[in-house]
Amino acid sequence: MDFDLTDEQRLLKDSVDRLIADAYGDFEKRKRHQSGPGGYSHELWSNFAELGLLALPFPEEEGGIGGGPVETMLVMEAIGRGLVVEPYLDTVVLGGGFLRCGGTAAMRAELMPQIADGTLTLALAQLEPHSRYCLNDVVTTARREGDAFVLNGRKVAVLHGDSAGRLVVSTRTAGARADRHGITLFLLDAAAPGVTRRGMPTQDGLRAADIQLEEVRVPAADILGEVDHGLALLEQVVDIALAALCAEAVGVMEDLQRSTVDYLKTRQQFGVPIGSFQALQHRAADMLVAVEQARSMALYAAMMAEEPDPALRRPALSAAKVQINQSARKVGQEAVQLQGGIAMTFEYKAGHAFKRLAMIEKTFGDTDHHLNAVSEADSLVEAE
Amino acid sequence: MDLRFTPEEIAFRDELRRFFRSEIPAEIRRKVAEGRHLSKEDIVTSQRILHAHGLATPNWPVAWGGKDWSPVQRYIFTEELQRAAVPLPLQFNVFMVGPVIAAFGSEEQKRRFLPATASLDIWWCQGFSEPGAGSDLASLKTRAEKRDGKYVVSGQKAWTTLGQHADWIFCLVRTDREAKKQRGISFLLIDMKSPGITVRPVLTIDGSHEVNEVFFDEVEVPAENLVGEENKGWDYAKFLLANERTGIARIGMSKQRIARAKRLARDTEANGRSLWADPDLRRRVAAIEVELKALEITQMRVVAAQRQRDADKPDPASSILKIKGSELQQATTELLLDIAGPYAQPAPEHEEGRNEPDGDGLDAIAPLYFNARKVSIYGGSNEIQRNIIAKAFLGL
Ligand SMILES: Cc1cc2nc3c(=O)[nH]c(=O)nc-3n(C[C@H](O)[C@H](O)[C@H](O)COP(=O)(O)OP(=O)(O)OC[C@H]3O[C@@H](n4cnc5c(N)ncnc54)[C@H](O)[C@@H]3O)c2cc1C
Repeated sequence: MDFDLTDEQRLLKDSVDRLIADAYGDFEKRKRHQSGPGGYSHELWSNFAELGLLALPFPEEEGGIGGGPVETMLVMEAIGRGLVVEPYLDTVVLGGGFLRCGGTAAMRAELMPQIADGTLTLALAQLEPHSRYCLNDVVTTARREGDAFVLNGRKVAVLHGDSAGRLVVSTRTAGARADRHGITLFLLDAAAPGVTRRGMPTQDGLRAADIQLEEVRVPAADILGEVDHGLALLEQVVDIALAALCAEAVGVMEDLQRSTVDYLKTRQQFGVPIGSFQALQHRAADMLVAVEQARSMALYAAMMAEEPDPALRRPALSAAKVQINQSARKVGQEAVQLQGGIAMTFEYKAGHAFKRLAMIEKTFGDTDHHLNAVSEADSLVEAE
Repeated sequence: MDLRFTPEEIAFRDELRRFFRSEIPAEIRRKVAEGRHLSKEDIVTSQRILHAHGLATPNWPVAWGGKDWSPVQRYIFTEELQRAAVPLPLQFNVFMVGPVIAAFGSEEQKRRFLPATASLDIWWCQGFSEPGAGSDLASLKTRAEKRDGKYVVSGQKAWTTLGQHADWIFCLVRTDREAKKQRGISFLLIDMKSPGITVRPVLTIDGSHEVNEVFFDEVEVPAENLVGEENKGWDYAKFLLANERTGIARIGMSKQRIARAKRLARDTEANGRSLWADPDLRRRVAAIEVELKALEITQMRVVAAQRQRDADKPDPASSILKIKGSELQQATTELLLDIAGPYAQPAPEHEEGRNEPDGDGLDAIAPLYFNARKVSIYGGSNEIQRNIIAKAFLGL
């Protein structure tokens, strides 16, 4: 067992931390980034590209950096600390993940360089009006017509779906609504005829889209993975994204923990710093416990994210998300409470961090959803 | 002892139920039910309807438009009002400054202010907190100096809720800088149109304009706007804060939210069945209902005990209501958030600002959850309430 970073990983961490500190250290700057087209800073996105971050998970022989889950974790933690609004999770982790794990050679050759240089962003259009957290509950249809497929359906709350150049769309090509078999993934051009996107902000200051697909023709060459067997690929990439999301949440929590402790040390009431009240010291200590438990599970998630056997991988990622969600709720609420009125204001970072954590909880499965998965797998501690 | 309602009380309840639902406009009640922000007009419209029927200020002395109701009737009134998602009468008027003026104000002040306060012809806001005086309210610095028969006020108030709509502000100001903290404070009524007052908006985390900073630069206030005696303001403030705390319990509102949560859960599909079929969710809701029932009875006990005490001496048990009531309100917004799940994420912009009702109102749920974090902070934070309990009840 070894928890130490390699020299290269430490270099990566330092440079990412520096980039995010420059771009987001002053919280006012976040508002400026949000006002860019698509709700993020394209200049900063180019900086990500220059540092190689947008090619991070791609194999070196295809022009990438060859980074794994630990490298992604380091980037995502920094993204969490800064409350970064750029579409890294969507484009690099999810989009890049689909290309890497299920893209054809032609797709990879064409699109990986475009992602790497910052010209192409991606989004996962998976959630439907009634699918909730179930990845195989898909009613959007794709019907075969010659060597193409025709897509119809509606996807909602597609993160960064309003600005993405291409969309990964889950569709049903066979079977009934929640069957595991019969799901096919497409990588479609967001500008294709029949695609209507309504962009909107999310509660935590990112962007999302409501996407209507009406008779959208997609060539069979744009299928990710295999026809009718898309679910395994979808689950594999969502698990990679879950690990990344866990790391992001840890970054957000770490920053909240820091700002809370700073406030306790500096805020004077009753003639003393409020951090001198033991009632608050214990609350801050419990926050730290929650952050560290979350960090441990984010590490576990990173270690298990590339495990090829889904029977081992899936419950592990679910376990991580349960811990992350529980810590996120506690740390978010406590950070606001202990910083009092100021944390209720839009100007102050802590409230936004609290909101981001609340939305991370609702991304790719809430606590109940993942607890069910852990308990069904029944594999963390074996019965006597 | 009997905890059941009498037939008269049931008739009283049924009449209120009918009244609230038939008289208060449905669009306004819908906004309240979905936890959306109300416009000034919504609040005024609703309170004027209540007022026209003598129902805006039942908690006031009868001579000033109050009702000689039993504690149970009071309880039923508040509960039914909230269950019907009727906007609460403006708290600053009805539960804060009105009772203070009625109890401690001069006859002239009562005549001048109470009728207009009840009808909402005067909109009040609360100028207590300051940047440096939050939990430690008594350390407030805004000062009022007596000059030529007037008070001249300078300083800054923070967190002034709905101050952007206010005609008047009731303030705690320091009138004696030599005296011990609590001793040198007075309770002043200040016209918001006075020269020297500036109001600056502050957005809350849900992006709404709910609070303000109010700056006072040499603001002249006639001496007759002092309530009660100079340097006795802290006593009046304690009386007011206890009323505020009791009002924060909002049991009827929590019930309305639970009712809504159950309906949403029923209508939500999860893994091929209704979310309401999930036994864990149902147990969680039941647990909140149980705590709410206990709080409901505690609330009635506090109201009943209040009658046996001096009218101007509130029960420190209001701290229990504040702690538990705010926690349960937060629990209900958490419940709603968890039911809305991934559909709580989008924040579509509505044509007329963010208050346009839309479908199931899922877009308003996350902001409601965010905004509800304030209830354990304001009105004296829950930590401060625990300090009060430890000191006043437990002698620790
Ligand atoms: C949305 C909103 C609306 C408001 N509306 C109004 C209004 O209309 N008028 C008005 O006058 N005020 C209003 N307030 C102000 C409110 O009353 C204060 O925010 C509150 O008193 C807490 O003060 P603070 O924010 O300065 O927090 P702080 O006093 O800095 O407290 C920070 C944390 O320390 C804790 N703490 C402080 N002292 C102790 C102690 N001795 N022991 C243990 N813990 C302690 C607190 O509980 C809190 O968790 C409003 C506040 C908010 C958020």
